[in-house]
Amino acid sequence: MQISFTLNGRPTTVDVEPATLVAELLREQLNLTGTHIGCDTSQCGACVVHLDGLPVKSCTLLAPALDGASLLTIEGLQGVPGSNRMHPMQEAFREHHGLQCGFCTPGMLMTAVALATEKPDLTEADVRHGLEGNICRCTGYQNIVVSVMAGAAAMNAKGE
Amino acid sequence: MKPFAYHQPGQIPDAAKLLTSIEDSKLVAGGMTLIPTLKQRLASPVALVDLSKLGSLKGIADEGATITIGAMTPHAVVAASKLVQTKIPGLAALASMIGDPAVRSRGTIGGSVANNDPAADYPAGVLGLGATIITSTREIAADKFFLGLFETALEPSEIITAIRFPVPLKAGYAKFKAPASRYALVGVFVAKFADGVRVAVTGAGPGVFRVPPMEAALSGNFDASAIAAIKIDTDGLTSDIHAEADYRAHLVTVMAKRAVDAALS
Repeated sequence: MQISFTLNGRPTTVDVEPATLVAELLREQLNLTGTHIGCDTSQCGACVVHLDGLPVKSCTLLAPALDGASLLTIEGLQGVPGSNRMHPMQEAFREHHGLQCGFCTPGMLMTAVALATEKPDLTEADVRHGLEGNICRCTGYQNIVVSVMAGAAAMNAKGE
Repeated sequence: MKPFAYHQPGQIPDAAKLLTSIEDSKLVAGGMTLIPTLKQRLASPVALVDLSKLGSLKGIADEGATITIGAMTPHAVVAASKLVQTKIPGLAALASMIGDPAVRSRGTIGGSVANNDPAADYPAGVLGLGATIITSTREIAADKFFLGLFETALEPSEIITAIRFPVPLKAGYAKFKAPASRYALVGVFVAKFADGVRVAVTGAGPGVFRVPPMEAALSGNFDASAIAAIKIDTDGLTSDIHAEADYRAHLVTVMAKRAVDAALS
């Protein structure tokens, strides 16, 4: 079947089998490999993307659900246009050592940006509750939580 | 996943017709249980009938003494709804505890209730509040809807369209979650109405159930101390890798007390 959607701001039309997962479509058909597949069982959150602004696990989303929707992947996160700065949440993860191996980071960032967008005045408890669906095997989460708090503050300050 | 055909009907009768006419077809709402099931090949339907284009199945309506939540309303919307937070805060709290943010973006109340997972949260809220399940053909009282492990009163071609909740005087939900899945190891929903109290338990057994001794005690005195000494029988409760039946029985009392405290706070 043919589906049309907006991918990181660009109109996109692809032919897919209905049984295609969005994570597979992104990585194998559209060559966007920033979205990682960790567990492939909707536990780990490495594959989180935004569907119409909401965080979803792309390993547990069928491609037909994209039709008519807007999809944002880690490749679409942007800093200030014209600068070589990353998105404020990415900057915060770098600044505060919010990653070690980095495998979970795309999903962490997408979940974190969604959290900070939904609730600008995030508390640490909100962040820990909000990250329940994202697993990291390296950091012990402490620096991830610190990074998300800092990234949310930076997004809020810039009005993003 | 094995291949399947994909249908996105625009009207409820069309969805029901597809479900009846295509043998071995399945409804998909948010897909939070179905898609993992398909990936594990525990199910391999020849066709999926996607309910997402049925706009009439989304949204929350205020009828004064009741609120009605469309079957395709995602958990995140219920959790964030000012209406639900004001009229049945215990139900909004329940929705905010389901899974994780990504699950709450996609998972729907209708899908959860139709699936009737023995450890799902919504069945406790629906039974605890004595809600009414509205389908494509009739209305079913919660007390007659949940029949046990993944089993409901739904006919094969029947589609849940909405759930109508009576507004209680007070209600609260507490769950002891399995840390990896956030499913309820034991979850208890308590609701106080003018004519009595209802207590519904999920996670502890093969399906959601009520606890009449706790309901009687709380109807006399709506305070956690009223049920502190009530222990439920371990007969029929689940024992598995996560917890033995006697631990679950213990948790029912603990979670019921916390649910009452939540309702009173």
